[in-house]
Amino acid sequence: MPSLLDLRRRIRAVKSTQQITKAMKMIAASRLKRAQERVVAARPYARRMLQVLNSLAARVDPESHPLLRTGKAAGGPLLIVITADRGLCGSFNANVIKTAGQFIAGEGRAPETGLGLIGRKGRDFFRRRGFEVRFEQVGIFQRLTYGHAAAIANAAIDEFTSGRASTVHVVYNEFKSVMAQRIVLEQLLPIPRLEAAGGPAAEYLYEPAADEIFSDLLPRHVQAQVYRALLESNAAFFAAQMTAMDAATRNSSEMIDSLTLYMNKVRQAAITREIIEVVSGAAAT
Amino acid sequence: MALPTRLLLEIVTPDRALVREEVDEIQLPGAEGYLGVLPGHTPLLATLKVGELWYRIGQERHHVAIVGGFVEVLPDRVTVLAHIAERAHEIDVARADAARKRAEERLARPSADLDFERARIALMKALIRLQVATRARTRV
Repeated sequence: MPSLLDLRRRIRAVKSTQQITKAMKMIAASRLKRAQERVVAARPYARRMLQVLNSLAARVDPESHPLLRTGKAAGGPLLIVITADRGLCGSFNANVIKTAGQFIAGEGRAPETGLGLIGRKGRDFFRRRGFEVRFEQVGIFQRLTYGHAAAIANAAIDEFTSGRASTVHVVYNEFKSVMAQRIVLEQLLPIPRLEAAGGPAAEYLYEPAADEIFSDLLPRHVQAQVYRALLESNAAFFAAQMTAMDAATRNSSEMIDSLTLYMNKVRQAAITREIIEVVSGAAAT
Repeated sequence: MALPTRLLLEIVTPDRALVREEVDEIQLPGAEGYLGVLPGHTPLLATLKVGELWYRIGQERHHVAIVGGFVEVLPDRVTVLAHIAERAHEIDVARADAARKRAEERLARPSADLDFERARIALMKALIRLQVATRARTRV
């Protein structure tokens, strides 16, 4: 039987853990609010961009641009894995890594899948296991800007156009709601076939020429996609962390309750034993 | 079909949706010169350079600083996809002025590793911001 002192010490330890998880939950909640606003604010741009691209696609030969062509590249596929820099967020990182692993296994044959790793957790995991890492970015989520997304997108575009990668996919957590994250695996390059916009086929004027605009727009589109993925992942991370820390706080409450109950029983037993000893000692004399 | 009398202007950047309003007239910094757009304009797709955009609602003109991007013009709708866009009153004049001085200095005393094009764009951005900011204050 553990001593009273040990039990008290354990309860104290659980309590201080609970305070930490509670604080982390609160911090995650406030960061989540800001991250969520950014996701919502970024959506119109991505959506509009797609609309403009679609209306262009009807008028420009899609085979004309290298970012649209299925490459006859010598290299294997490239997978961009977006995880978080930190843990304590439930299965957030594990899910992404699992999906990435399945993708790599599915593409299993040579040439090998190259990886672009965003976020410390994914970087550490794949680095340690000796995967082929093409580029990596850690610690960008604290001050996430469009510049980060542009750098990542440009690195991916470079891999693709130079033929080192045959396709580029991205896997990340999408922010669905505070309670739910969804793992998304998207093809980034070649840019999936654009839906030629139906409706009035009004002839456009172009300034400068159409293909010039097109080759300006397409990289921008890829950057916007990456930016959105980063923002989604960031918001999803705080949501996951908040949920995980909430669960942890609740679990520690339960633990404190059961430990307190047990401690009281032990204390009661000790008192009873002492009384018996006193009484039987008195009876003996 | 009757010509539309107003334009729905939308300005979005990667970070936010800046403007969504019914307007009467727009002027845009096109890559090959400024473009004026009135309702009923022919469909047009253009790239934008660093410059000043204004739109008019009634008699009121609103100024926005634009740093690159694209515009899609339809008879009743104009969509601006800007890399950066700032309304006149949002511009931090002191910061833009400091940026202008820095850029000017770099261009005046070119060092060996100077990226001329970048310095030029930086200067242009600063000048446009300052220009747009003064517009806001003189209008009233």
